[in-house]
Amino acid sequence: MKELVIISGKGGTGKTSLTAAFAFLAKYMVLCDADVDAADLHLLMAPEIFEKHDFQGGNQAIINKDKCIECGLCRELCNWNAINETFNVSPIDCEGCGVCVYFCPEKAIDFPVKTCGEWYISDTRFGSMVHARLGIAEENSGRLVALVRQQAKKLAGEKGLDLILTDGPPGIGCPVIASLGGASAVLIVVEPTLSGKHDMIRVAELAGHFKVPAMICVNKFDLNEDETKVIEDTAREKGMEVLGRIPFDPVFTKAMVQGQTIFEYDPKAAACECVKRIWDRVAERLECNLS
Amino acid sequence: MIISIASGKGGTGKTTVATNLAVSLAGNVRLLDCDVEEPNSHLFINPVFEDTHIVTTPVPEIDEKKCTLCGKCAEICQFRAIIVLGKTVLPFENLCHSCGGCMKACPSDAIRWKERELGTIQKGHRNSLEFINGTLRIGEAMSPPLIRKVRAEADKDGLTIIDAPPGTSCPVITAMKGADFVLLVTEPTPFGLHDLKLALGAVKMLNLPCGLVINRSDMGDDKVKEYARSESLPVLMEIPFDRRIAETYSRGELIVEKMPEWKNRFIDLYNHIDNIVKG
Repeated sequence: MKELVIISGKGGTGKTSLTAAFAFLAKYMVLCDADVDAADLHLLMAPEIFEKHDFQGGNQAIINKDKCIECGLCRELCNWNAINETFNVSPIDCEGCGVCVYFCPEKAIDFPVKTCGEWYISDTRFGSMVHARLGIAEENSGRLVALVRQQAKKLAGEKGLDLILTDGPPGIGCPVIASLGGASAVLIVVEPTLSGKHDMIRVAELAGHFKVPAMICVNKFDLNEDETKVIEDTAREKGMEVLGRIPFDPVFTKAMVQGQTIFEYDPKAAACECVKRIWDRVAERLECNLS
Repeated sequence: MIISIASGKGGTGKTTVATNLAVSLAGNVRLLDCDVEEPNSHLFINPVFEDTHIVTTPVPEIDEKKCTLCGKCAEICQFRAIIVLGKTVLPFENLCHSCGGCMKACPSDAIRWKERELGTIQKGHRNSLEFINGTLRIGEAMSPPLIRKVRAEADKDGLTIIDAPPGTSCPVITAMKGADFVLLVTEPTPFGLHDLKLALGAVKMLNLPCGLVINRSDMGDDKVKEYARSESLPVLMEIPFDRRIAETYSRGELIVEKMPEWKNRFIDLYNHIDNIVKG
């Protein structure tokens, strides 16, 4: 089974629109939205949810006022300044480390498991999709990412499908690390800007760190062709294959407004042919990497 | 005053607004780039850096001579960052949240701190603008401790502008918490709207006043504006899609320098925020 993870380092370079376009082109795959923090793929996929599960990620301290003698030890021990003078725990600041719970001499601190999100298995017009919603201001996004990827893999196995397309999160931190491990390859979507180049280099290093092969494509390349060339040369120097260029094309925004992929909205758009060519190369590489 | 610039969705223009706002204002102003996973503000500010230092977080190290394999450290650790395996205690420092629980629970004083590198903090300036950023070490999963350290570098007085990371989970909360005002930046698309709703949810949870900048305001549809109206979220600035702006950004240049007519708009934006904060 192969898994392609689409990442970018920098946000807003076109990961989700490209993942959706690939979903249109790819046959027999499972879609996975690993950007659980600000998930958007469902806006183009109109998933019909048929399984919904709670995601429990960690515990939270709650002081039982009936038992609390206000000795102050918990406030002293808490590294997160999460307990105020009136012995209330701020849910936003509580890290769930349980140190206060462990040492409270009156056993006055409860430590219930927190539900910090939901994950779903859905049907879309392109096949099954595993996705999630992390609660606002919650932690443990990495664990939820790992969970949706694991479920996507399980589902693909059950359905005898050979490919998982994963829409990854931006950045290089916890959720991105969780979306990379064990992937067949990553495709980095880069925009031709100084920021885009800077962020590509960092996320490429991260992929290298976890020994996942990386390829790139440049989106909106015509906004700065000089920078596009620099990015492509930099990528090659770093051992990444350059799969192609996509022009700046309003079709992406127009299709998004209609909740469609670019191929559904306007198959004659300039971007469509470029994306098709990139997809053909991706498909080819994935076969090669695994044969 | 602290203004935190956030978005939910990535790539909507947080850095553009933060950097152009910061250089448009005179006086005691500092810019903190708290998008430590992918910091970009320095590319536009081009600061002269005077100080670079490595930031670390404490993680446990076991003194095997003192350890009795009692397992209390593994019992208290909620992050599975320390386990007892046969006749050794194994810390997994990448999973450690530095809560200190294991050290406090150890009855035989067998745990001491060592340092795990989180990343670096750089401090510098551009003319009178003070600039501080954090850069997360490649492979480090936890950005909030580094973001907290970047924020701790700022003085209390004057104006502090924070370029926050995208998303709505712990890194963003760390970059918004304690601010006097949150400026949300979005684009008028379904993705922009969806993520704006999440970001506003986070701002409401922190109970902070906020306003909106709509970038590429003439692309997409009207739903962001309708939503802002329904939430009484003031739209403080609109930046239309302009190829010159996109190209200026792509080269790492500031809009207020290449298109000086924008400088007064950023000053107006600040005055608007100042009025809201001062009520």
